[in-house]
Amino acid sequence: MTDQSYDEWVAALGTDDAFYLECPEGHGSLPPRRTCPHCGATELSETPLPEAGTVETYTEVHVAGPDFAGQTPYLTAIASFGAVRLTGVLRDASEGDVETGLSVSAGTAENPDTGDAVVVFRPR
Amino acid sequence: MNDVRIAGVGLTPFGRQPERTGRDLFAEAALAAREDAGVAREAFEGLHYGNFMGALAERQGHQGPLMAEAAGLDCPATRHESACASAGMAVRHAVQAIRAGEHDVLLAGGMERMTNLPTTEVTESLAIAADELFEVRAGMTFPGAYALMARAYFEEYGGSREDLAHIAVKNHANAVPNEFAQYRREVTVEEAMDSPPVATPLHLFDACPITDGASALVLVSDDYAEAHGLDAPVRVAGSGQGGDKMALQDREAFSRTPAATAAAEAAYDDAGIGPGDVDVAEVHDCFTIAEVLALESLGLFDHGEGISAAREGRTTRDGDLPVNLSGGLKAKGHPVGATGGAQIVEMAKLLRGDHVNSDALSDPRIGVTHNAGGTVASAVVHVLEVAE
Ligand SMILES: [Zn+2]
Repeated sequence: MTDQSYDEWVAALGTDDAFYLECPEGHGSLPPRRTCPHCGATELSETPLPEAGTVETYTEVHVAGPDFAGQTPYLTAIASFGAVRLTGVLRDASEGDVETGLSVSAGTAENPDTGDAVVVFRPR
Repeated sequence: MNDVRIAGVGLTPFGRQPERTGRDLFAEAALAAREDAGVAREAFEGLHYGNFMGALAERQGHQGPLMAEAAGLDCPATRHESACASAGMAVRHAVQAIRAGEHDVLLAGGMERMTNLPTTEVTESLAIAADELFEVRAGMTFPGAYALMARAYFEEYGGSREDLAHIAVKNHANAVPNEFAQYRREVTVEEAMDSPPVATPLHLFDACPITDGASALVLVSDDYAEAHGLDAPVRVAGSGQGGDKMALQDREAFSRTPAATAAAEAAYDDAGIGPGDVDVAEVHDCFTIAEVLALESLGLFDHGEGISAAREGRTTRDGDLPVNLSGGLKAKGHPVGATGGAQIVEMAKLLRGDHVNSDALSDPRIGVTHNAGGTVASAVVHVLEVAE
């Protein structure tokens, strides 16, 4: 298993085809996966990711590793999108505006330090 | 089942020692433990050794045999890696091997060399304990992950930065007399509150330092201790391990650490005790919030109650349940792969009565150690008991 399916997932996140993996029990997870992390099911199907997510927790990072060193401080959050949660960088918001329960959309943007695509949330 | 005794313990001073190699650090701790135990070199049947980031920090893998050699031993050796719980897991494996009757004398412990790297590289190296695809690439750092947990805890149970500051104050106060501790100075709540943010709501004084150091223990079977007349008054009465999803985003909740709960329940069952029997604890306070999560997972406080334990004086040295009398990771330091072993070294000395802070305890019988890997995707808990 390579990171290819992860890269494809990130690429799809930036389009209308954003998806997550769903098992027969309705648990959500993200690729690369061969099994559902919650029940072990091996039948995982691509299911459209809900457009709106909810911030569950967040932090403003002031000390970063080299891949984000040029961006401090920046906001990182975990947001729930129905059956699945995503971790991403929260853009277009400052710490004072954010609270848990904030409605966000998920997409991608370039990490200016590395040129890689990174998962980003934006307030809706 | 063979009972396991702690026959000897050893530590290096914890702190910034960038010029010292890993093998030098581990050799110091191992030789101290061997001398403390008074066990002949030829008796050692194996080394269980913890290390996390040596392949990055020293470009050195395969550290098991290297460290057996450094310790002056000629025996099989295995490195255990479970992020910040590496040495705790190493000790657990040694305990299991002795209990199974496979061995009578083992060395266990760990080492980490960290300060030879610049801070951004240490931050990056520590981040490999998180999920590379779903956390690290999304800008999560190790302090950032605990910050996400702290925010979730505050939302669910309440609590404040000031409550966390009291944990830092307590652990620094405990470290002052500890000659092995990195920060032997008291701090105030105000100082902690005023320190710069690392990952909000966590500030610099909520975080443990970057540390070099090593820990080592000589573990022997009850039979061996008796046959050789060893002075080994502390037994490892219980050991337990728990696991959880790797990434925070896949966990049930961010304000609890069920892997530690599972490890504690297993260790308590193993020892035939309950949380109410615990006299003293060393817990994995890599961040102040981590001490709170640990106390609650260990069943020592109800969920939502751990946050105020230090402020209310319940876990201070004169409280009813002193926690981190060593200074904890916060003030004693956190050489990642050595920490779990060091907690057991400190606890053994506290129970033997020859720890510099032993006078905080009156006739202690049972101590627990709690060692967590990453954001507690793995956890190991040990119960130490003064033998009858
Ligand atoms: Zn499932």
